[in-house]
Amino acid sequence: MNPDASTIAAGAPIEVDLTPIADGQDIKVFWRGKPIYIMHRTKKQIEEARSVQVSSLPDPQSDEARVKEGHDQWLVVIGICTHLGCIPIAHEGNYDGFFCPCHGSQYDTSGRIRQGPAPANLAVPPYQFVSDSKIQIG
Amino acid sequence: MSGPSDFQPTNPALRWIERRLPIFGLMHSSFVAYPTPRNLNYWWTFGAILSLMLGVQILTGVVLAMHYTPHADLAFGSVERIVRDVNFGWLLRNMHAAGASMFFFAVYVHMFRGLYYGSYKEPREVLWILGVIIYLLMMATGFMGYVLPWGQMSFWGATVITNLFSAIPYVGDLIVTWLWGGYSVGNPTLNRFFSLHYLLPFVIAGVVVLHVWALHVAGQNNPAGVEPRTEKDTVPFTPYATIKDMFGVSCFLLLYAWFIFYMPNYLGDADNYIPANPGVTPAHIVPEWYYLPFYAILRSIPNKLAGVIAMFSAILVLAFLPWLDTARTRSSRYRPLAKQFFWIFVVVCVLLGYLGAQPPEGIYVIAGRILTVCYFSYFLILLPLLSRIEKPRPVPNSIADDVIAKYGSKTAPMVSAAIMLAVAGALFAGSTQSALAEQQDTPPSLKWSFAGPFGKYDRGSLQRGLKIYKEVCSNCHGLSYIAFRNLADPGGPGYSAAQAAAFASEYKIKDGPNDQGEMFERPGRPADYFPSPFPNEQAARVANGGGLPPDLSLIAKARSYERGFPWFIFDFFSQFQEQGPNYIAAVLQGYQKTPPGVTIPEGNYYNKYFPGHAIKMPQPLSDGQVTFDDGSPATLPQYARDIATFLMWAAEPQMEARKRLGLQVFVILIIFTGLMYFTKKKVWADAH
Repeated sequence: MNPDASTIAAGAPIEVDLTPIADGQDIKVFWRGKPIYIMHRTKKQIEEARSVQVSSLPDPQSDEARVKEGHDQWLVVIGICTHLGCIPIAHEGNYDGFFCPCHGSQYDTSGRIRQGPAPANLAVPPYQFVSDSKIQIG
Repeated sequence: MSGPSDFQPTNPALRWIERRLPIFGLMHSSFVAYPTPRNLNYWWTFGAILSLMLGVQILTGVVLAMHYTPHADLAFGSVERIVRDVNFGWLLRNMHAAGASMFFFAVYVHMFRGLYYGSYKEPREVLWILGVIIYLLMMATGFMGYVLPWGQMSFWGATVITNLFSAIPYVGDLIVTWLWGGYSVGNPTLNRFFSLHYLLPFVIAGVVVLHVWALHVAGQNNPAGVEPRTEKDTVPFTPYATIKDMFGVSCFLLLYAWFIFYMPNYLGDADNYIPANPGVTPAHIVPEWYYLPFYAILRSIPNKLAGVIAMFSAILVLAFLPWLDTARTRSSRYRPLAKQFFWIFVVVCVLLGYLGAQPPEGIYVIAGRILTVCYFSYFLILLPLLSRIEKPRPVPNSIADDVIAKYGSKTAPMVSAAIMLAVAGALFAGSTQSALAEQQDTPPSLKWSFAGPFGKYDRGSLQRGLKIYKEVCSNCHGLSYIAFRNLADPGGPGYSAAQAAAFASEYKIKDGPNDQGEMFERPGRPADYFPSPFPNEQAARVANGGGLPPDLSLIAKARSYERGFPWFIFDFFSQFQEQGPNYIAAVLQGYQKTPPGVTIPEGNYYNKYFPGHAIKMPQPLSDGQVTFDDGSPATLPQYARDIATFLMWAAEPQMEARKRLGLQVFVILIIFTGLMYFTKKKVWADAH
């Protein structure tokens, strides 16, 4: 009953070109049936993410641990609320991050849970930078 | 199997079989000669009703499965094809969908009866636990069945509920991936849910056999809670219980038929008429009404794992009831304290159901937590406590005495609890209506020719609506579930077959490949469907500033709004279900200048009735845009009515057939119920 071979193959890594994504913009791509937000963060958003005291967070994690070194402006997170699986809306909520319309969970510009019933930060999928303007997810 | 019968069939052929497989003797001793208590009330007919409903669901389900396709790309369309094209497919579908709700309604009455009369007490513990197992199997079956149409609620309900298992420590995510058969709810999930949904009802049937066997070993409980002692206490199952059950079944069928023929979407969610979209989460995810109390308990607990445990415990606690309530008096009739708390518990359950459909904010969360505590306290604290401290009233000496004696009038607390129950039930019934976004003005209620039990589509209005669709809407919106031949179907716009063929031939339909291997265009034929204006979603978005014009085939059933208290109660009786057409007509006429202080994003337009007020579609219709041959005024209100009527027909072309058959079924059922009532009275005349 585990995923069969064709399902696993359809879940092979994908490459995403980052050049069309302007400063402050974000796109949504699908990989393995899951929506993935790729956010081009502004300086303000990065600062907001880094100025929080990590230990005060419901799911403590530093922003640096959630992005790739040297590519701080790129946030890549799986757009599935860790509460019960709805898709949060980008650029909404009190933290200019993500807002989940189902039960009101709010995430910040690093995709970390700040308030609401979700227990964990938005998951970061496995990805790496193939070049400065291209990433491979998976 | 404990009936007093050494039955021998008179017919020699049957005697031959009986000697080799004593099935006739078994049937006779179990359902003819079987001694049943004389004092049973109508709460005891629900066992027979449940058996009937299981049979109905299996029969309708098996026939539906002959036409349904369990593939993510084809499922939604196959259900629409069943409803539109399969002979009496609409009837099968309505029976199966309404049947699930009626099945759960009956099981809850059956369970509350067991709770009230102590039917779980010694020696019926195993009977009760088998019942809990049946209930669990029913919940699994119902959940998987709801996923099969692959609408928005199907998909997202499946996502939420399968995600629950990720709460299990260490192995949670592995279990969820194994359940899904993939990395998210998708085609493998749908396929296996179909397989299991087909399987489980037969498992249920097997457990029901055990359930009835266990029942026949102990004998039925009765309202006095006193076991039968002499022959005066019982009557043979046939004809007494058989006839009484048939009367009960007949009344039940009247309610069932009301849903099937007149209010088929009352208990459903409009969002399930939108095909599943993994990229768009509906604003409110609500399970079907029969899961709402457990959904409320799940959401009451802020911790994910604890919430899941609480939800499953709420069902499993039932299995421990025989050991939680050890009071010697069975029936709550003779337990004044237990009786009052029972009714309060019923109200708690109904209120939890109401909360399960509300957004988990503010007072709803607090109320949910309080009621969850009440729910568990009833089983874990109250019943054990009452077993120790309650002084019950004396029970009758025998069932025969109970039949002869008069019963006391309702006590005041019962009446007030009953009133609370009615209010709570009303609130709960309203919660089954789809709860749409708060930012929505309620559309005005217009008069529609197709409303009510005798409603019909106005042919002229349908034809004008078709003209509006063809000249204006079809430039952006598809109508892919309507074929040209439907224009000549009875109950529709009333064109002849020749006219429909002529209409079709004006269209260019892509076909092929031809013998050269190329695609080509040819004139439309009656069997073709209305072509969509764009080849795919991306092309549609590019042409419409990023917005996707929805297909209009089902829009009249996919849009709704809350009617509020107490209108949704009256709606059930008045058969109001025209939210969709009211909404469509309102939106078309609802374009206004943006009010001061309100900002609308670039590229959108302000609309009074569109949820959120910002709609990407510019006003599509204005006065004089479409002219009619029949002299109807070429005004926007006229267009709004006609296109809404046309779209209601597009969403439900079989409506007139449904209402016509409904009338015939109701007449027959009412006559049958009357006949059964008098038959029952005659049969029972000497037993009372």
